[in-house]
Amino acid sequence: MQSKLSNTAVSDALKAKFGEAILSSETPYDFLTVEVQPSQMHAVITWLKQEESLDISFLTNIGGVHYPDQAEREFVIVYHLQSMINNFRIRLKAYVPLQNPEIDSIVDIYAGANWMERETFDFYGILFKGHPNLIRILNEDSMDYHPMRKEYHLEDATREDKDDRFFGR
Amino acid sequence: MGKIEDVDVINGEGFQLSNLEKVVASARANSMWPLPFATSCCGIEYMATMGSNYDLARFGMERMSFSPRQADLLIVAGTISKKLGPILKQVYEQMSEPKWVLAVGACASSGGIFDTYSVLQGIDRIIPVDVYVPGCPPRPEQIIDGIMKIHELVKHESLRRRDSEEYKALLHSYNIEIDAK
Repeated sequence: MQSKLSNTAVSDALKAKFGEAILSSETPYDFLTVEVQPSQMHAVITWLKQEESLDISFLTNIGGVHYPDQAEREFVIVYHLQSMINNFRIRLKAYVPLQNPEIDSIVDIYAGANWMERETFDFYGILFKGHPNLIRILNEDSMDYHPMRKEYHLEDATREDKDDRFFGR
Repeated sequence: MGKIEDVDVINGEGFQLSNLEKVVASARANSMWPLPFATSCCGIEYMATMGSNYDLARFGMERMSFSPRQADLLIVAGTISKKLGPILKQVYEQMSEPKWVLAVGACASSGGIFDTYSVLQGIDRIIPVDVYVPGCPPRPEQIIDGIMKIHELVKHESLRRRDSEEYKALLHSYNIEIDAK
């Protein structure tokens, strides 16, 4: 089914409303992807939900990615939003630095963001300011690192329980 | 009362003589109550083993015990994450003696393909295991073979193995306390 909104129309509307805060937009696989300044992400998501002509009011997912080689842009927080009425999807990205991986929580906009932000915190250590209960959700509480960060060897070379000799590698 | 399998008996007129330890061991082996701790695909194979085609009930294992306090055999079938580890250990500790543990499949035995930060690399890291069944997942025949090996253990080991020094040392190495009684 055709979407009632076009990628260019939404992209232009965002640029008209937020100007400098919209850093770039592209449409890989015809999926509008917009990079937003981290400080403005909360405002953008609020506006997309409240703007009646768009009605992008469903949060599909929040996730993180770690790009260890991008200086000052190590982490990206990805928001997938959807308009059920207009059959339209949009992906929003905000890059934050390794030294200060912080962004405003959107739990006040979407209650469903609560666990998604906890999961992103659990695996990447990204801090969501204003989250009511930012603790680990999937990993052990006693874990003292964020396992999806690309900072670790794939395998601990000192372990003996899975010796290469026994596994033919 | 028929002849007890694998037990030396002397049949007389209206009576039967045997060794009490062997009779009790045989009774235990032929009426085990398994506690299935199934988390993934090995659990599906275990369900097939339990079902009418392979039929564990043939071996006196008609009833699955979902209370650890009434179970004799802990069957761990599936991947155990590190977060689940303490719960598995608690279930094991709640079982009363005598008790046996069967690790079904590669994950329960060694972590299997999940060679990663979140998965326990074999349940023998936290509880003692009597028999390991390899496979990913093992077929029901293999699980039955593992259970037959458990039966052999039950039939041939001391009725009060928990009193033995080796057993105490083993549990101590897992930091599991044994009740005085």
